[in-house]
Amino acid sequence: MSEQRINRMKDLPSTHLLGTGTPMCSGCGGLEALHQIYDVLGEKTVFVNAAGCMTLLSVYPFTPFRGSWLYTAMASAPAGAQGVRDALDILLQQGRLRPEEDLDVVVLTGDGSANGMGLSATSAAMDRNLDFLYICYDNEGYGNTGQQSSSATPHAAITSTSGGSCGYPGYKKDLFSIWAAHGPAYVATVIGSEPLDLARKIEKARDLQGSRMIIALAPCPTGWGYDPKDSVEIGRLAVKTGIWPLKEYIDGQVVHTRIPHERAHVEDYLRLQGRFAHLFTPQADPAIVADIQARVDSYWDKVV
Amino acid sequence: MPPKLLTGNAAAAWGARLAAVDYVPAFPITPQTEIIEILGAWLDSGEMPGRMVTLESEHSMITAAGAAAATGVRVFSATSSQGLLYAMEMLYTVAGWRAPFVLVNVSRGLSAPITLEADHNDVLAARDSGFLQLHCADCQEVLDSVLLAYRLAEDPLIRLPVLVNLDGFYLSFTREPVSLPEAEAVRGFLPPFDPRDIRFAANAPASQAVAVLGGGPYSYFRYEAHLAALNGVAVYERVAAEFNTLFGRQRDAVECYKTIDAEIVFYMIGSFSTKAREAVDRLRDAGQKVGLVRPRLLRPFPAGHVLTAVAGKQGIIVIDQNLSIGLGGILYTELLASLYDKPGAPPVVTSFIGGLGGRDISPQEFYHMLTITRQAIASGSVPPPRLLYTAGELREIRKLQAIAQVEREETAPGQGPIRDSNTAQETPRE
Ligand SMILES: Cc1ncc(C[n+]2csc(CCOP(=O)(O)OP(=O)(O)O)c2C)c(N)n1
Ligand code: SF4
Ligand SMILES: [Mg+2]
Repeated sequence: MSEQRINRMKDLPSTHLLGTGTPMCSGCGGLEALHQIYDVLGEKTVFVNAAGCMTLLSVYPFTPFRGSWLYTAMASAPAGAQGVRDALDILLQQGRLRPEEDLDVVVLTGDGSANGMGLSATSAAMDRNLDFLYICYDNEGYGNTGQQSSSATPHAAITSTSGGSCGYPGYKKDLFSIWAAHGPAYVATVIGSEPLDLARKIEKARDLQGSRMIIALAPCPTGWGYDPKDSVEIGRLAVKTGIWPLKEYIDGQVVHTRIPHERAHVEDYLRLQGRFAHLFTPQADPAIVADIQARVDSYWDKVV
Repeated sequence: MPPKLLTGNAAAAWGARLAAVDYVPAFPITPQTEIIEILGAWLDSGEMPGRMVTLESEHSMITAAGAAAATGVRVFSATSSQGLLYAMEMLYTVAGWRAPFVLVNVSRGLSAPITLEADHNDVLAARDSGFLQLHCADCQEVLDSVLLAYRLAEDPLIRLPVLVNLDGFYLSFTREPVSLPEAEAVRGFLPPFDPRDIRFAANAPASQAVAVLGGGPYSYFRYEAHLAALNGVAVYERVAAEFNTLFGRQRDAVECYKTIDAEIVFYMIGSFSTKAREAVDRLRDAGQKVGLVRPRLLRPFPAGHVLTAVAGKQGIIVIDQNLSIGLGGILYTELLASLYDKPGAPPVVTSFIGGLGGRDISPQEFYHMLTITRQAIASGSVPPPRLLYTAGELREIRKLQAIAQVEREETAPGQGPIRDSNTAQETPRE
């Protein structure tokens, strides 16, 4: 296993591998994270994708990837990864593939797939300790189909299936804990607006064996209702307010990699996004905002 | 080697073993389970090299199968009924990937109502998926078809997955003598899989199964798969001839039994065709000029072979062990479509639905179907399709319905548990 090499901002890769000109929206936080992730993982990878926004990265005959790609379906990308990994291992074992031709298998799905119809395939992949990396870009809804609520949608967010004055009635599912409960090699949360934290975690995940699971919060101007130029700011606020805890699970322990001791009020984050506008206009709804704040506070009370 | 007594399931497993498959993604379902259990035991003991992985569903199983084939190894898998339908999204998907592998389906009627015994609605639900289909009538044919299927799937003119169908219970659990070809001879017939340029490797990055924009490219790729499937008729012929030379068993795309001088032919697929064979012999003993036409290859549909087999006959009796609800028998409608306007097409084609959920078809019923068809030929008026169902069976279902009715009344809410007949009389209801 190699030493952690990315320690400071200046250690971040300076060459960028993912091609430009994709059909993702401008300001897409998922794509921002993917760029950084790909710079660390490199081209000796095969991305196994589930239906979602990122499916449109590779549209015949173009692809931004220098490495390989396989689109599967919405529910079974981890099973696709199983088939590819097993086949590569068989080919290596039979001497039909030289070790230097081997690939890292990387699943790329949205939160809808990861939390919903893909969860059983993911759970089973971890049960089998599949040697793969899973990247879930979490834009907190079924983005590709127009931002309907998924079980990663946060409380009170307006989506195209939860409108009205209250927004989404449920609470964001704790996918990190669900994944960690399987005891895989690694689970981490990341966000594109914290590139050093992200790169360190992806580097660590890259160099481990077994199931390595990453959830990237993916600010989504189109689905969340804000100006694309604010993506990075919204990402930073997600961390500063404590709404998106940056953490990792390794060797049975959960460690927070960034603890916002002076947390900003959740309002700073919510106010910037159209999906939460109903909490502030035409009339403020302090109860819901207070509920969201209380949940964030209670989370961090347990951490520190 | 003298023949071994094997179940259809064991014959399928032997097919996979002799084909030297590298990878077996699996998921259990009755009546397929024995196939993966046998393969699992061989792989565990090292009698067979390769790797098996149990997925958490058939949807994932077919995804893994397609992904492994797309990476460049030889893949075998098996399922049945609910499992095949659970995987349906991925059947279309991996066929679109042009991932060549073999999937055995052990036919079983579909829910609801749930049942375990055979009919063909499961496998026929996959008829438009891009998988080629081979249908078996006996256990030897199961083994032979798995080997033939790999040649079809991997042929550069085709490159599509292939389904091999055997009927649940009637073949899956029936022991028949099966000759096992020598592994060396099989290697001569079926050399190791050459994935050519469809694979994943670091020095040859590839994007597979990418999206397309618009109907133009979509139509192109879909139709290309169709044309590749159509190549299957000629490739099958070539491969089956080679197989016959090496192993001495003739596996025609369309099996014709006593059809040369037949006036009327039965037309069906699967293991129940052995009942039709038997019926043909008896009817011939009684002076009736009848025969049997059985497509072994159903996808691609060997329309030319079928036409040749039936041309000039007075009539065809189609027996469908399936039901397209709201339309009728699937073989019947496909056969009519393929014969329409063709010179020599028989004037009378009668349609019978039989064998749903493993229901038997009796010798008397073959006789009965023939009688009805002869009448149609004589009168020039073809009767509507009908279900093979006897008065006795109707009486049995009526009895079950009567019991169900009594049970419902006796256990209705407010009626208490089981009452005796006196109290029942004291509380009459409208
Ligand atoms: C079986 C199936 N059902 C529905 C869809 C339609 N669909 C395509 S993408 C998508 C949303 C996926 O959401 P997510 O995983 O969060 O990815 P995102 O679109 O947000 O990138 C849906 C519902 C599909 N492709 N397959
Ligand atoms: S909808 Fe959101 S996640 Fe999807 S491409 Fe646009 S910005 Fe990115
Ligand atoms: Mg999403």
